[in-house]
Amino acid sequence: MSNPATPDGANSPRRAIDAVNASLKRRYAAEKRFRLMGMSAVILGLAFVAILFVDIVAKGWPAFQQTSIQLPIYFDAQVIDPEGTREADTLSRANYVVLARDALRAQFPDVQGRTDVRALNAMLSPGVPQQLRELVMADPSLIGTTQEIWLIADDDVDQFVKGAIPRDVPELERRVKDQTVAWIDALDERGRIEKKFNTTFFTAGASREPELAGIAGALMGSFYTLVLTLLFSFPIAVGAALYLEEFAPKNKWTDIIEVNINNLAAVPSIVFGLLGLAVFISFFGVPRSTPLVGALVLTLMTLPTIIIASRAALKSVPPSIREAALGVGASPLQTQFHHVLPLAMPGMLTGTIIGMAQALGETAPLLMIGMIAFIVDIPGGFTDPSTVLPVQIFLWADSPERGFIEKTSAAIMVLLGFLLLMNLTAVLLRRKFERRW
Amino acid sequence: MQSTLLIVLLGIIALAYHFGRKRAVAVAGGPTQIKTLHSLPTYYGLYAALWAGLPALLLLGFWAGFQETVVTAMVKAQLPAEMTAGLSPGRLGLLVNDIRNLATGNIVSSEVTPEIQAAADNYLRLQGIASIALWALVLAVAAGGISLAWRSMAPQLRARNRVESTIMVILVVFSSIAILTTLGIVLSVVFESILFFRSVPLTEFFFGTHWSPQIALRADQVGAAGAFGAVPLFTGTLLISFIAMLIAVPIGLMSAIYLSEYAPRRVRSLAKPALEILAGIPTVVYGFFAALTVAPFVRDLGASLGLDVSSESALAAGFVMGIMIIPFVSSLSDDVINAVPQSMRDGSYALGATQSETVRRVIIPAALPGIVGGVLLAVSRAIGETMIVVMAAGMAANLTWNPIESVTTVTVQIVTLLTGDQEFDSPKTLAAFALGLTLFVVTLTLNIIALHIVRKYREQYE
Repeated sequence: MSNPATPDGANSPRRAIDAVNASLKRRYAAEKRFRLMGMSAVILGLAFVAILFVDIVAKGWPAFQQTSIQLPIYFDAQVIDPEGTREADTLSRANYVVLARDALRAQFPDVQGRTDVRALNAMLSPGVPQQLRELVMADPSLIGTTQEIWLIADDDVDQFVKGAIPRDVPELERRVKDQTVAWIDALDERGRIEKKFNTTFFTAGASREPELAGIAGALMGSFYTLVLTLLFSFPIAVGAALYLEEFAPKNKWTDIIEVNINNLAAVPSIVFGLLGLAVFISFFGVPRSTPLVGALVLTLMTLPTIIIASRAALKSVPPSIREAALGVGASPLQTQFHHVLPLAMPGMLTGTIIGMAQALGETAPLLMIGMIAFIVDIPGGFTDPSTVLPVQIFLWADSPERGFIEKTSAAIMVLLGFLLLMNLTAVLLRRKFERRW
Repeated sequence: MQSTLLIVLLGIIALAYHFGRKRAVAVAGGPTQIKTLHSLPTYYGLYAALWAGLPALLLLGFWAGFQETVVTAMVKAQLPAEMTAGLSPGRLGLLVNDIRNLATGNIVSSEVTPEIQAAADNYLRLQGIASIALWALVLAVAAGGISLAWRSMAPQLRARNRVESTIMVILVVFSSIAILTTLGIVLSVVFESILFFRSVPLTEFFFGTHWSPQIALRADQVGAAGAFGAVPLFTGTLLISFIAMLIAVPIGLMSAIYLSEYAPRRVRSLAKPALEILAGIPTVVYGFFAALTVAPFVRDLGASLGLDVSSESALAAGFVMGIMIIPFVSSLSDDVINAVPQSMRDGSYALGATQSETVRRVIIPAALPGIVGGVLLAVSRAIGETMIVVMAAGMAANLTWNPIESVTTVTVQIVTLLTGDQEFDSPKTLAAFALGLTLFVVTLTLNIIALHIVRKYREQYE
């Protein structure tokens, strides 16, 4: 009965082909549905990639511009250097805020009253005095003259000009009040307010003020950390891969090492942070928050990746190369160093670059070892307290100011740019040197 | 200071190589007589360089590792007894920190008394002595090594064999670093965890349902007793990981099936790397995306449906984590699906099955162990993921299965407990290590099982 292939009686001429035909429509529909599901999964995945990038770029794009206000600054000798000594010390201590504020007041002579004046002054960034100081220190002959200078605007003004703070909300819900809006419009009419390319973002260290914050410090920190990581991890990984792949006897011990390396590659990165904290900082007394301790932790983290890639590269070198070298009298180590390693090097370098990209993007373990500190100075060496780009992103993402959202996204764009560059190098390297034996 | 020494030492090594080579040629009796040497002249150079550099470098590394600890211990020992009397280890640590900060010109947290000033001077003096001693010792060792190599230079010296066996030893040491790392992880978390479990019983940690690690500064403080019941953290971690897998497994698996079974070559060659971009994006970027884009979106969506969604909902964090894991699942599944032999597909087609029936009834059952292994690896990845949850999940430990509420995870708590300066031996910091141990054991077990399954499966079709 259950078998439709056997016709049961002359009255019902049911053949197998009928049953198949009857179910075909349903089966083809299922086929179509399944295929559609697969396609939509791929499209969904690609959509996530697209949304992520569009979101970050849309948020971060404005950060490459910074609103500036052009004011005729009178470098009053009475304020800067009343005694006329022109000594660096006097120049650096002078009260530059007054100069900028006076120039701004001159634009709006009818502003009266303490609160109004304060609101007017708040349009300029707290970084303006530093900006003027640098100008005067670089060229003391400015003193006594009047110069048209583009001053950095405060982040609220900046956000308003960029449209991140909308104009058409009730005043109470807006960070920029009607009064300030009127001033901004007035300055705009006179052509004194403009968005300019934001150089501060690439030259400054961290700051509490969004308009003064830059990624230079974090970039240098990342650079020092990566250089050390590369110096530590590359020789160790290549050495380990060479030993395990070419020399190690097949025994329990090398088996353990092998399983171990595979497992280490999957250990959560934060656990490496705990290791760094307990072993490097507490036990060995390596200074906290430095590229040195960061690099030590990242080295241990990236080692498995590079070792696995290097072993694969060694495996792809055909045995005939080794046999030929041994045949003409090279010692085993000469065989490896003179013949096998050079051939495996492109693969090893590709693995190393991928490992370095991983290290560049890593955040969690570095939080554990104190690279989360707020550091204004740009680090100048391997043992200076510093932070790295991903940690800087984390810190900025936590900041409440509206202006930091775009800075964070812009920093992410820079980070992704570097990662893209590294991965592209790896791909090109692989393409150029890939050899089929 | 130590880096200058390192550079000097590297210079010495280079010189040793150069002169070792020259010396070997000279000993042989000039360039024409090189054939009397046992090894190539380069090996004599390397031999000299190894003798000059290796012992000195080892000494330098060893010294650099322990100088700080030893000097601090000496300063501590020489503190006047009345200053250290009655101080807890934590307070003593703070005092030593102050001394060190004063000596290096940093900001000091407490008042600078003459005693502290004296101790700081003492610290500086000891550091100075240590540096000079280090220079002298390292240079002496290097010189000793060179002279040893110099005197042993002879045509019959088996330089190549000696250099090669040294290099072999170095290679063995390098490959044991992986073991040492595991050992380091285990020792560091186990040691601190034992300290933790001395003050908090195991049962409270693993079965307690109340987590509030804030320790009271004063005895009469409200709500700061310090409770270490980690169950809410475990459930929170599981909840977020579960949501993540709910996103990642269907999308990852289906796209792997589509790309390996259906898609034309061109589509596959474009879509596969594009999906794998997701794997290369740093987790902090996902965290930012989750906290600033997805979480507000989910909250607004919930509000429009009349739901009160927390702005740090488990849903948002889990969703973004799922996106992160998609490429992980898809590339692992892709591998195992491709490993299923073509003959099995052909057999199924020959019986009249459609393509989707072949996939569902033949390929997936055949690839199942591999897929399960891949999913297990992905789960371990989700459990250990840190930045997304630190940025997008909550801090408060809620014991709930409701995905629109805020939950916290093991990794979030580790980060919160350990960031910032604090005493190293308070139960609060030690709790982080206990959590770390739990995390390590769980992920390690998952990994071992998963890798075992994957490997077994591969053997089956090879």
